[in-house]
Amino acid sequence: MRSLGIGATERWLIVVMLLMGVGLSLFTSTFLTLPNLFDLLNASSVNIIFGVGLLVVLIAGGIDISFAVAASVVQYLTALTLGWIGGGDWALGLILAGGFGAALGCFNAFWIYQFRIVSIVVTIATYNLFFGLLMFFSSGVSLYDLPDWLTTRIAIVSVETANGRADLTILVVAMIACVAATWLLLRRTSTGRQLYAMGDNMEGARRIGVSLGAMHYLAFGWLGLMAGIAGLMQAHYAQEVVPNALYGRELDVLAAVVLGGARLGGGRGSILGVLLGIILVAMTQNGLNLLGISPYAFKMIVGVIILVAITLSSEGVGKLIGSWRGAPMRQRTAQ
Amino acid sequence: MTIQALSRDEARGLSRLADPEIIGLLALLLFVCIVFGAASGKFLSATTFTSIAFQLPELGLLTLAMLMPIISGGFNLAITFTANLSGLAMAAVLHAFGGVDAGPLAILLGIVAALATGSAVGWLMGAIIATTGAHPILVSLSMMIFVRGLGEFLTRGGDISGTPDAVQAIGQGTVLGVPAPMIVFAGAVLLWYVVMSRTRLGFATRMIGSNLEATRYSGLPTRRSLTMIYTLSGFMCGLAGIVMLARFNSVRVGHGEAYVLITVLACFLGGVDPFGGFGRVLPVAIALVILQVIASGLNLLGANQHLATALWGGFLLLIMVVRSIWASRFLQHMFGKR
Repeated sequence: MRSLGIGATERWLIVVMLLMGVGLSLFTSTFLTLPNLFDLLNASSVNIIFGVGLLVVLIAGGIDISFAVAASVVQYLTALTLGWIGGGDWALGLILAGGFGAALGCFNAFWIYQFRIVSIVVTIATYNLFFGLLMFFSSGVSLYDLPDWLTTRIAIVSVETANGRADLTILVVAMIACVAATWLLLRRTSTGRQLYAMGDNMEGARRIGVSLGAMHYLAFGWLGLMAGIAGLMQAHYAQEVVPNALYGRELDVLAAVVLGGARLGGGRGSILGVLLGIILVAMTQNGLNLLGISPYAFKMIVGVIILVAITLSSEGVGKLIGSWRGAPMRQRTAQ
Repeated sequence: MTIQALSRDEARGLSRLADPEIIGLLALLLFVCIVFGAASGKFLSATTFTSIAFQLPELGLLTLAMLMPIISGGFNLAITFTANLSGLAMAAVLHAFGGVDAGPLAILLGIVAALATGSAVGWLMGAIIATTGAHPILVSLSMMIFVRGLGEFLTRGGDISGTPDAVQAIGQGTVLGVPAPMIVFAGAVLLWYVVMSRTRLGFATRMIGSNLEATRYSGLPTRRSLTMIYTLSGFMCGLAGIVMLARFNSVRVGHGEAYVLITVLACFLGGVDPFGGFGRVLPVAIALVILQVIASGLNLLGANQHLATALWGGFLLLIMVVRSIWASRFLQHMFGKR
């Protein structure tokens, strides 16, 4: 299990997801149909791209709440640039969006690293800076005049079922690419190990020669890159660019990523956890929707789930359970 | 680390002696007033300052709610929504007892309900943080999602309006020429000042912010203190909720959402250490006045609302950079090298 990256948190999430899946399949006729499941995946893709980006920052010991607003800025800039040069294609769009996003991420890293300001404070500031400037210069006007390639739906897998057509769109491809890239960065490069080291113990990492500056720019730049790509994908999904469409999304993503076992304070978190956390939240909302529960109750229920998850998964409770299990367990944790 | 801690102590000792912090903030306040006075002829008038006095308390009470968690090394992102929920509780009680015609007893009950709601939310948050050791940003964030969801669920996204005149007097009336909300705020500042500088809890708050584990090992009840810190923070949110309800004669979930940034700004402008452990109530109160003057000034000059939001963000960065540069200069001066 360990070798597959399935830790205790991931195991719990899988169990809860399976239980929920079985329950929803029994109580609703629509949950376990291919169109619904594919839609669930398509709709979660943008959040998963945000999520793996945020995971890198959390592992490195930081936090960022400006990324969703940054993605809106990127959407707007990319759409304007594409309009200005007259068209473009997916490759150019991705380069532009990724580039703008990474630049905004490095802007955050600059203040955090050069002036040693706490990342939550910097990103609260840049959140308002980005959003205020975006709304000011765009006057809150949405862009509908997007290039054709961006608004055309592209289905990668298309299945005809009794319940209608089920499509897996290009969103899922982008999501898998981002997940794979982040996995490579975190698990297969020494840079990834250095990010974990910095998040776990910044002073210790500095003393063994980790370049803290480079790691800061990498982590926040990576989140910016992912946010840029997610922004472009969201524009593709919605077929329009609305300046405040992603406003508030950062909290949903942050909550889901933390539900997946990433720790604020750094050094811990896995890609699988992010996937499970985000899909679990999406599944909950989907299930509540299918069960006909008022959408006003969604946030409340998601909030309760996350609060309970934090309480159960935290170290304090872990220690408590450890002491119930007896001394050998404690010795092992001590080592 | 020891050097850093030492220098911080030195800095505190020095600032106590001459208190350049308060003098500096007052000078900044004067400067801001002069700038806006020069920019707009209408600024330096009784009307402006009366409106500032009416607007300040809302923001001020929320800032006080943010202050204690920050000094304890934490954060409370749920302040505005806790205030909304408390206002909602009070509005619900008033409505149950006849809405606009509710009697004094109902009003009292409503106030108690609001304060109890705020304290309960804070207590729950504090209890989770204290017993599980989960990060306060995280706990308050999920609490915020929950409280916002609960509020939206209860109101279906709408607002509840209509309160008795006596309640509106809390938000809009004056006592001997002083705006009533200002009196509430002054009382709250005094309460926080006493709690932070004269009680064990205040001492424990600063110690927890400096080093939680060391505080626990020296025998202070850290769990109880943490729970208490967030309960008090929630209590203050409840008070803010009452003032907001009274000022606008209505309550809507999401009102004042943007205040979180400005409360953080006020704390850090007022010299609170972003890593926790250090911070005083009076400088923060002066910082608040500065920010409210800037806000009203921008408003009077007709600045675009979104541009103002961006300015607040830029201003927060500026303050943090100045603090960071000042701190490193100070260290260089103290020890010759960094």
